[in-house]
Amino acid sequence: MKNRKAAFERLVYGIFLLLGLVTVGCVLFITVYLVIAGLPAIREIGLWQFLFGKVWASTAAEPSYGILPFILTSVYGTAGAIVLGVPVGFLAAVYLAKLAPKRVKSAVGTAVSLLAGIPSVVYGLVGMIVLVPAVRELFRLPDGASLFAAIIVLAVMILPSIVKVSVTALEAVPKEYEDASLALGATPVETYFRVSVPAAKSGIAAAVVLGVGRAIGEAMAVMMVCGNVANMPSLFGSVRFLTTAVATEMSYSSGLQRQALFSIALVLFLFIMLINACLNFFLKRDKEGAK
Amino acid sequence: MSGRRKAYVFTMKLLMWLSVGLTVALTLFLIGFIFAKGLPNVTWELLTESPSYLQDKIGILPDIVNTIYLVLATLVIVLPLGVGAAVYLTEYARNRRVVGIIEYAAETLSGIPSIIYGLVGMLAFANNFGKCLLAGALTLVIMNLPTVMRTTQESLKTVPESYREGAFGLGAGKWRVIRTVVLPGCVDGVVTGCILTVGRILGESAALLFTAGFAHTIGGVISALFSSGSSLTVALYVYAKEQGEFEVAFAIAAVLMVLTLLINLAASLVSRYFQRRRAA
Repeated sequence: MKNRKAAFERLVYGIFLLLGLVTVGCVLFITVYLVIAGLPAIREIGLWQFLFGKVWASTAAEPSYGILPFILTSVYGTAGAIVLGVPVGFLAAVYLAKLAPKRVKSAVGTAVSLLAGIPSVVYGLVGMIVLVPAVRELFRLPDGASLFAAIIVLAVMILPSIVKVSVTALEAVPKEYEDASLALGATPVETYFRVSVPAAKSGIAAAVVLGVGRAIGEAMAVMMVCGNVANMPSLFGSVRFLTTAVATEMSYSSGLQRQALFSIALVLFLFIMLINACLNFFLKRDKEGAK
Repeated sequence: MSGRRKAYVFTMKLLMWLSVGLTVALTLFLIGFIFAKGLPNVTWELLTESPSYLQDKIGILPDIVNTIYLVLATLVIVLPLGVGAAVYLTEYARNRRVVGIIEYAAETLSGIPSIIYGLVGMLAFANNFGKCLLAGALTLVIMNLPTVMRTTQESLKTVPESYREGAFGLGAGKWRVIRTVVLPGCVDGVVTGCILTVGRILGESAALLFTAGFAHTIGGVISALFSSGSSLTVALYVYAKEQGEFEVAFAIAAVLMVLTLLINLAASLVSRYFQRRRAA
């Protein structure tokens, strides 16, 4: 009887252990699948040719598979979104965390969660209908679908995550720091920007890195506004991101072209893993700083 | 106070107000614009009929039904996995390193962009048993596993240690304690996890495009799970980008916005309800 009970408990333990390891299994599964699918094309094309080739012509008679245009577009697009989105998100977060009256805080908080909840295709749709024609009119372009339009859409899309994570970081700053600064005669605004913000800098850095991850991984919204031509990036030209390069050709690709798309996904995955490592670094430092 | 300090305070305040104003204005504009463009096109016929080329009409009923199937199938699979993982982490795991690895894996999963999930889902599921809702649901399971795990874990941490000790003291085995004391305590985390998952599924498109396909057919649960079908977001994308049917696209966008508002409302109501119950 006792043995049976012990065996049963061990069985339950085993089941829960397996369930716990499912997440680890998923990560390994995704990594292995991407590496297996992505390496053959890189080996065939040549790593240098693939990463730094400036021409992507996958359906030409003599196909050429250089993804430098996609990499640079993703980097520029993300940088642009950060430059536009971070200051707005950061300043809004300081206001919400420190200055806002309770009512305003909860109202704006709701607005921010709503913004976060809007599906990316809806952002893309509004971008297509409102932003792209506006960019075309404003800058007198033949077509408004451009890197610039994509940057604006991305900046709006990363805004909620930046606000939320920064607010959390700013709220965790010990009240004593602020009290000390106020007692020394600093005004509240000076205190928040010169004491609270530096104290929360790891958390705010984490917010920025999270925004970078979101922006570089976004596919659908960007696909609807960036024009999708495999050019080297220019602000008002039609461009293709790493994500949209995969999504655009996947439905009709075959052979080496298809394998090359998997390789692009592998490159994107490596970018994301790098960003994740940075994020973890900042979050860990934030936790240690709070102790 | 010197003039320079005054100017600094004034500029910073002004910039903060502008930023908050911009954020709120963007939200209001997006919601207002989508409703203004979309709601007039949301008709009873649109919501209750299938599209037909012969009669030249468009209906989104199949997409609504497919979205519901996707949500149900995903939740049925992800809940046991996520709750089980959370129970393992809070109740069983003794080894700090194992916990660290599992939590790192969960963080990694939540950072992977959906297009990559879509690609892996296509390679692993859709290439083996065809583009179908089940392949889409399995992809969504991997995506949402970290969310369910985290919310459940948070709520398990709030179950007082004394409850467990009391149950052990009365002679209950580990499994009995988990079943009768721990699991009932994590209902709020599971509910919150469900709401977040539903929200994410409603908004997901890149991961579904290559796994669940984009057919507008309608069927029973079992046959639908094994046939290709588009969710509302995928339908929106196809109508807007490939067919140029912007009226339908905006109608779907309005439906999606209503659902997003409802999900947000449900999330805040649920969290308020559980907070009050805990306080009482």
